[in-house]
Amino acid sequence: MRNYLRALGAVIWKDLAAEMRSRELLSAMLVFALLVLFIFNFALELNVKDRLSVTSGVLWVTFVFAGTIGLNRSLAIEKDRGCLDGLLLAPVDRTAIYFGKAVANFLFIMVVAAIVLPVYSILYNTNLFAQPGLLLVIVLGAEGYVAVGTLLAAMAVQTRTRDMLLPILLFPVVLPVLVAAVKASSGYLQGLPMAEIQPWINLLLVYDVVFTAISFMVFEYVVEE
Amino acid sequence: MTDAPLIEVDHLIKRFGPKVVLRNLDFQARGGEFVALMGPNGAGKTTFLRILSSLSGPTMGRVRIAGHELPRQAAAVRRRLGVVSHMPLLYGDLTAEENLRFYGRMYDIARIDEQISTILDLVGLAGRRRDLVRTFSRGMQQRLAIGRAVLHDPDVLLLDEPHTGLDQDACEMLDAVLRQVAARGRTVVMTSHDLSRVEDLATRFDVLTRGSIRASIGKADMPRDGLLAFYRQSLEKARAESQKGGQ
Ligand SMILES: Nc1ncnc2c1ncn2[C@@H]1O[C@H](COP(=O)(O)OP(=O)(O)OP(=O)(O)O)[C@@H](O)[C@H]1O
Ligand SMILES: [Mg+2]
Repeated sequence: MRNYLRALGAVIWKDLAAEMRSRELLSAMLVFALLVLFIFNFALELNVKDRLSVTSGVLWVTFVFAGTIGLNRSLAIEKDRGCLDGLLLAPVDRTAIYFGKAVANFLFIMVVAAIVLPVYSILYNTNLFAQPGLLLVIVLGAEGYVAVGTLLAAMAVQTRTRDMLLPILLFPVVLPVLVAAVKASSGYLQGLPMAEIQPWINLLLVYDVVFTAISFMVFEYVVEE
Repeated sequence: MTDAPLIEVDHLIKRFGPKVVLRNLDFQARGGEFVALMGPNGAGKTTFLRILSSLSGPTMGRVRIAGHELPRQAAAVRRRLGVVSHMPLLYGDLTAEENLRFYGRMYDIARIDEQISTILDLVGLAGRRRDLVRTFSRGMQQRLAIGRAVLHDPDVLLLDEPHTGLDQDACEMLDAVLRQVAARGRTVVMTSHDLSRVEDLATRFDVLTRGSIRASIGKADMPRDGLLAFYRQSLEKARAESQKGGQ
């Protein structure tokens, strides 16, 4: 167990340290996310009432696309200099490698969210932080998305067409997360009663648990030759 | 030299789809042995080393390292393996020191700081320890890759054309490292196309061609016309044999 945590910590530390240097992932994800927000802002000149109903859709589309860029980069860094082999050669449980990458990717998405939410609040003149429930949904949704995304990115990176392949593999599989997250988010934003939001939260929880478990079990086979 | 072979390979077969790359390959190596693996391009040397290093699974056959079966007991094998591959296995956005520290944690190395300094001195990169690896030349990356491979003092060292990209000094550094490793009773398997380089480094010379080891000779038994002649003859003989077999 101690070994497991040490390896997990090493992978997370390595990803964060490299990212602090290069800012490669975060800058790409952020520029993309902000562009999406601005485009929506101009494309959908919305009145106050309509805005509320599209907010969660815009937010999640932003997270999902920016996240894909991050996931692709995160695994491409491992592949390009053979580092994935270096990780696989280490005498550690391979699920520790998976979790390490997933945690780092999760943190990157959280950073993106921490910047996107205030920018959105300013652009659309609302306060998204007024709803703690929304923050919970973002955490749960991002967890499910990253759990599956890290696994599929590890799969896609082995192929020649990895940049195209990841979204094609990933989007259908994360559709339940996306739907549940959008519904739950807009529920909170529109102040719906908890009874209407709860089923979506439950779906997110179940998805997170199930897909984290599946990814945990199959990662070893995905990276094997 | 210890008695039980550290590496034991019986009837190894490796296929990629319909393509058979290794067929019935037998191989053994003991502690203290330094095997130079030679063979033409595409013979399957890299494939063989990847199987030994547990990165690629055998299609059929038995592979044992230090008494552990691959791929089933791969986890136990990995701790005792050091690998230098075509790629540096290093992170460009980390410094030389950080790269070693990361791998040190993955291998649970005690007193990592001391070990990192020792290794950086060994490969002649002590002065560049705080520089990002992405700013290193290819040869410097290769030096660090070698340091990375011996960081945890492995029992078995597998190297795939490690001299590629190294300058004269670095080649000598590598040779010194390899001799040091072999002298401690470790096993080294190295592929190379530079026969003059391996001739006085290795203790045994194996020729891998047409999917298996077709010839093997110890340093003591080397004929007077040298390794290159032996290598040529082995390839010629293998070709003649497989033509006969094909008819
Ligand atoms: N992943 C793979 N998929 C399909 N074929 C492969 C794969 N890897 C290797 N091969 C094939 O296996 C054969 C042996 O390749 P390998 O890289 O092991 O040769 P090698 O002896 O290392 O050659 P070189 O001296 O050029 O390094 C080649 O014909 C190659 O095309
Ligand atoms: Mg090769």
